[in-house]
Amino acid sequence: MFRTQYDSDISIYSPEGRLYQIEYAMQAVAQGSTALGLKSKTHAVVVTLMRSSDELSSHQRKIFKVDGHMGIAISGLTADARVLLKFMRNETLHHKFVYGSDLPTGEVVSSLAMKSQRNTQRWGRRPYGVGLLVIGYDGDKTHLYQTSPSGNCFSYYAQAIGSRSQSARTYLEKNFKEFPELGLEELVLHGVKALKESSGKETLTKLNVGIAVVGKEQKFEILKPNKVQSYLDQILQTEGEIEIENENENEKDEEAETLELKLD
Amino acid sequence: METYLGEKQQASQWSPYINNGGSCLAVAGDDFAVIASDTRMSLGYSIKTRYSTKYLKITEKCSIVSSGMQADIFTLHKVLKSRAQIYEQKHGKPMSTDAVAKLVSRLLYYRRFFPYYTFNIVAGIDDEGVGCVFSYDAIGTLERVKYSASGSGSSLIEPVLDNQVALKNRNDIKKEDFKLTKEYAIDLVKDAITSAGERDIYTGDFVEISVIDINGTHEEKFELRFD
Repeated sequence: MFRTQYDSDISIYSPEGRLYQIEYAMQAVAQGSTALGLKSKTHAVVVTLMRSSDELSSHQRKIFKVDGHMGIAISGLTADARVLLKFMRNETLHHKFVYGSDLPTGEVVSSLAMKSQRNTQRWGRRPYGVGLLVIGYDGDKTHLYQTSPSGNCFSYYAQAIGSRSQSARTYLEKNFKEFPELGLEELVLHGVKALKESSGKETLTKLNVGIAVVGKEQKFEILKPNKVQSYLDQILQTEGEIEIENENENEKDEEAETLELKLD
Repeated sequence: METYLGEKQQASQWSPYINNGGSCLAVAGDDFAVIASDTRMSLGYSIKTRYSTKYLKITEKCSIVSSGMQADIFTLHKVLKSRAQIYEQKHGKPMSTDAVAKLVSRLLYYRRFFPYYTFNIVAGIDDEGVGCVFSYDAIGTLERVKYSASGSGSSLIEPVLDNQVALKNRNDIKKEDFKLTKEYAIDLVKDAITSAGERDIYTGDFVEISVIDINGTHEEKFELRFD
């Protein structure tokens, strides 16, 4: 209602008690392509859809390693993400140098939240236009956090951000109760299936899907395209099989092929 | 007050440096490098600990061993480890062995006027896949060599390497007929440091030996004399 009157500066509240500039910054996050994260007791996974502006350009990287036990997936202004990434890398490396141990994910995220908040209350600064999904493994536990331009940070069992993320979130909400006990392979498959929900008309290929994992005895690793392709293949295979389960099991292969064509 | 290694002073002034003893060596072949160090940490005529590592793996293709003062070795290794990570994050790939060698030299010279009491050897595979060894003094003088030894046992080890790797003062074999194989180098390194352990009181307990080649680093540990 009062948007245009009260949205010109970060330091102006609206009569409803809202800071529109922060909400606009969160819009920037919602404009980015989908990034989602989910975790089990032993592993945490992020899956992203990497856009490319046209056929000639490369796909925009969305997953970055922070330290051996922690990484992020971003959605929103990539340049802002780079600044926050540098900050996180610095914090974790400094902690490792001084204390000889991995910096707990929650602590880094808190520092990040403080840093983000500062930009919402300082003259001449603007909020960071990027949302991060931080995954990490420390203290024998997996972690998944979401940070936003407002400075809020929450821990999640599973979360999706970016454009069309609601479809992915719905899928995650339906299935998250079974995540804790899953192995790594099944967890990643859930992530890719959730991504498929938000991919819309875009076909998922090994070039535009990014997957990273971290967990017990698993250092943060961004999966190579061939490994990503093997997960995508499994999704296509199971999609065919779900239809057949209710039909004749003997004609699996033939059915799968014909059904694959129908599903798209 | 502890006596210093081999030194007898009438009026001894406090020094920030002590020598914790120990020996390090490395040998480079055509496509591999072998690097080893003992793990004894001494002070005067006592043993402080039988296991204190002098070895650091920096990348899959490059490692460093250092002898001298354990506190400075520890700190130098910490700094080096952090710098290697920063490099990898910035450039998206691990440091090459030549880059590590140069970095170590610069880190040491940075402390030109209060040096790290460390005598380092960096070994690994260079960009062409050829084995390399770099030896330093305390302030970072850098030289690429085929083999090197440092530490309390270096005067016992270096002549052995001169004779067995560079074939110096040998009348029984010609350079053209000699090929330094990986197995030969590993055995030589093991024998050399074991022999140093026999006569040098500051060398002993355990040896950490690692072999670096195109496939990565293979680390091993074996026992020396405990006396």
